[in-house]
This record gives sequence, structure tokens and C-alpha cells, in this order.
Amino acid sequence: MKILVCISHVPDTTAKIQFTADASALDANGVQFVINPYDEFGLTRALQLNEQLGGTVTAVTVGDASVEPTLRKALAIGAHDAVRVDALALDPIQVARELSAVALAGAYDLIVCGQESIDYNGGIVPAALAEILGWPVVSPCIGFDPAGGRAKATREIDGGKEILDLALPAVLGAKKGLVEESELRIPNMRGIMSARTKPLVVTAPQGANPGSAAVSFTKPAGKSAVQMIDAQDLDTLVQKLHEEAKVI
Amino acid sequence: MVVVFAETWSGQFKKSTFEAVQYASACAKAQGTQALAVVIGPASAPVESLGAHGVHKVLHLHGPEQFETAQYAALLAGVAQELNSSLIVVSGTANGRALMGALSVRAEASAISNVTALPLSYSPLRVVRGAFSSKGIETCESRLPRSVIGLIPNAIGLKDYSDSDAAFEDRSSSETARATVLEQQLASGSIALPEADRVVSAGRGMKAPENWGMIEELAKTLGAATACSKPVSDIGWRPHREHVGQTGIQVNPQLYIAIGISGAIQHLAGVSSSKTIVVINSDPEAPFFKAADYGIVGDAFDVVPRLTAAIKKYLN
Repeated sequence: MKILVCISHVPDTTAKIQFTADASALDANGVQFVINPYDEFGLTRALQLNEQLGGTVTAVTVGDASVEPTLRKALAIGAHDAVRVDALALDPIQVARELSAVALAGAYDLIVCGQESIDYNGGIVPAALAEILGWPVVSPCIGFDPAGGRAKATREIDGGKEILDLALPAVLGAKKGLVEESELRIPNMRGIMSARTKPLVVTAPQGANPGSAAVSFTKPAGKSAVQMIDAQDLDTLVQKLHEEAKVI
Repeated sequence: MVVVFAETWSGQFKKSTFEAVQYASACAKAQGTQALAVVIGPASAPVESLGAHGVHKVLHLHGPEQFETAQYAALLAGVAQELNSSLIVVSGTANGRALMGALSVRAEASAISNVTALPLSYSPLRVVRGAFSSKGIETCESRLPRSVIGLIPNAIGLKDYSDSDAAFEDRSSSETARATVLEQQLASGSIALPEADRVVSAGRGMKAPENWGMIEELAKTLGAATACSKPVSDIGWRPHREHVGQTGIQVNPQLYIAIGISGAIQHLAGVSSSKTIVVINSDPEAPFFKAADYGIVGDAFDVVPRLTAAIKKYLN
């Protein structure tokens, strides 16, 4: 099975988010970047399928040279090769169009994305990519088992889940459940060493246009100071929730 | 014309559907145009109830009984193109979010999700959206003549519309699905987290999964959904669908009660837009208190049953 795993280069989940002085972009100073957590679930499932079924796992991202350490990490975890589309994308439609060109060039059986990236939280790329390719999409995908050119996939829905039957090739938007947290792989020394020599191909962008662009960023207003309430005086809490906060 | 996807759930509309419909109606009014609600699927859907939410017309497309991304995207895009609509509104539910990417490609539109308020302007379209898992607020501008907006559940309050002179039209639909739903498994009786008004959430401070009875009892008393922290879902004490935080569900309720959760930055990212946050923790140094409106230092096993009793007393 030939699998393409789309990797997003995002601030670590513990990062404090600050914006540049002109409020136009994320201030990346001092920010540690990681593989998007949702993509890690997808990458791990891709590697598991590769161990069962053979084939290749290719990691791809859209970005400038600064994202290469994140792609190398995907190689260290176990991807066989990587592609970087050399473009600074402004929105998810542009990302999906650039990824679709890589997808079409590689004749993949499966494309795995994260259900969303934890930076811009769009959640747009999996279904947009599938629609450009004319393939089925399952997102958020919390279970995937291929057999004979088809697959059974589990999709999370509000208040439960559903089981889908679909033909491959397909696009998945991965979420925890596709693999468990405990199954995630951490690069070992051998993986890190071999990642240095695995192929990382840089391709020119198609020149796809974005559908939208960020104009400015602000931070949410801070909370006012907490009111501490005595644990023996819960009637006061109930009264405040009713009269002050007006939520009960 | 503003087109809004009126999502059904087991043949019914949810609160998030009415929010999306009212949002679309407000967008239409601001532009001096009209809003059209599109219902796809079940013949049993109570389409008349949409008329009271400000739309000019309700279009009921008969055919598919169950949501499938590509099929629903094609149907909605077809309506938007037929009407030359500049704006399509969907709610940020699991299905709405799944739909947006496909719909925007099919309708040759931009896709702007996580939207929290009415547009700042319409030409060009500028909207405010949550980014960086609620650690940032982005103003986003569309560069295409048509846009799909995904509205976060609970972001706008529902209001009463007095006029209800909507027209209704039924049509059969013919787009094909690319995947088949074999079965659905729904957690019975529970309230879906993303659009819950009240959420009772608990963490490792509960010590063991068998201690969740008091959490469920408090949630039941408040009519709240239950949720949990990431460590609790990772070790399997609670199902993944209850995991609230940066890599789990983002919630936006009126009231969020956090019990035995320390308040890691990843958890706060998923809950910080809650209107009122109550934190109950035995550790007075728990970082969650800094993000709370009301804090109680105490043992959950002592405080929670008494809080349930106090709320029951108040409700009576």
C-alpha cells in the first residue's frame, strides 16, 4: 500500500502564543515547533499498515525550509521518504491544492492528514483535498482497516461514531482513536541517524491561490481574578452562579 | 442570497442548526438580501420550525437519509451556484466541520471555520475566528466572491423572530455518495459536548473510573454533558469522545465545572472560551484556579456530592 501522510509544522501544545508587533502573524521567537499532534496519529497508523501490508509511507508538507526539521522527525519516526512543497501557504485551500499535485504525481492508495492542525484549527484540508481528487473522505477518522481495495473506517460524530464502507483511494482526517496515545512512536537513535540520509525532495509549487488570508491577530481578553469560595459554603457558590454569573 | 445548511440529527434540528440559520438570516439582513435554509434528507424533518428563525425560504432536498461528506457538499454547492450565493453558512458540528472543505472546493469558495461572530464587513468578507486552539483570535479575509463560514456552536445567542412568512419547497436530489454508512453507534441519553450549555468535567483527581458516579450525578442535576481531561481518556477511564482540550473537543458552554483537573495549558486551550468556569481542586496551587471565575479548594469526594445536594435544593 502506497501511503502519503500530510504533516503540519505547528507550535508545541505547551507553547505560549504571541503575535508580531504589527499583529500580522505568529511570533515564532522562542516557539518550539512539532509535528501536528493529529498528524502523529495518522503517521503511526500509516506505519502500522505498512508493516502489515508492505509498500511505502511518504511524508509531505507545504512550507519553506524552516519546516524541514519537522519532516526529518517524521522520517526518524519511520516514514521512508519526504516531499516538501516549497510554498508559504496562506490558507487551507491553497495547501489542499498544492498537496493534490503531490498526490496525483505519486499514485497513492491512501492519504492521511490530521483532522485539523492545532495552529489555525481550520479542519478544511482533508475534505478539500479529497474533493479536488474526487476521492471519499473520512474525518474525524478514529478507525481504519483496509482489505482488498476497500476499507472499513470509523468516523466520530457528535455523541457517537459511525462505521463507513468505502473504496480506496481515500483521504483520512486522523484523530486519537485511529491509534491510541500509547501506540505513538518516539524516534530512537537509529531512526534519527537514518532520517539524515532518507530522501527529502523539494518540489516547486503549482502556484495555487489561497481562498482567504489572515489580516490580523489578537489575544483573548484575560479573565478577571478568581473568587475563592469556602468548601463548606456551597450555597454561596450556587447563589453566585444564579445571581452573578446567571448560568443556572 | 445567503445559503445555510440546516443540519438534522436523527430527523430533528439541533440548537446549533437554529444558531446557524439565525446567523445566516442576520448576514442576509445586513446585506439587504435573503436567507435560504437547505435541509437534506429525512422526510420527517420538522422543516416548518425553521420558518420562525428569519429565513425567507426553506428548501428540503429529499433523498439521502444519512450524512456523507461528498454527497452533501455537492448538493449544497449546487444550490449556492444556482442562486449565485456569495455566502454559505454551516454550523461547526462534527458533520458541519467535515463538510466545509469539500463544499468550498465544489462551490469554488473560500472556507473559514471556527467563526465566533457576525462578519465585520461583507465586501470583502471579513470575519473573526478562533485560532491557536483559542489562544489567539484571527481576523480573516476572503479573497473569493463566495465563502463558506463555519460557525462555532454556542457562539451566538438565539433570539426570537416574530415574522414567520417563509416559503417551503421540496425537491428530490440525485448526487451520489462516495462512502456508505453501515451503522451508527450513539451514546444513549448523553448530551453532545460541542454544543452543551453546561459541562461537568473531571480529571485524574477522581483517582479511579468507578468514582465517576458522583460526576454523572452532578451533570444530571445540572442537565450538563460530562467531559474529562486528556490523561483520563488516555488511560481509558473515560471514552475519547469526552476528552476536552487542545487535541480533543473544544467546548464553549455557559458553565464549565472542572473537578480534579490541574489545568495544563493544553486543557485550558479547549475550555477557555467558556462563559463561567468553576474549579474544584484539592491543590490550592493548581494552575486552573488562575483561569477560573469561582474556585473551591477541597476534596472532590467531599465537595461534589454536597454541591449536587446544594444545586438540588436550589432547583426545588
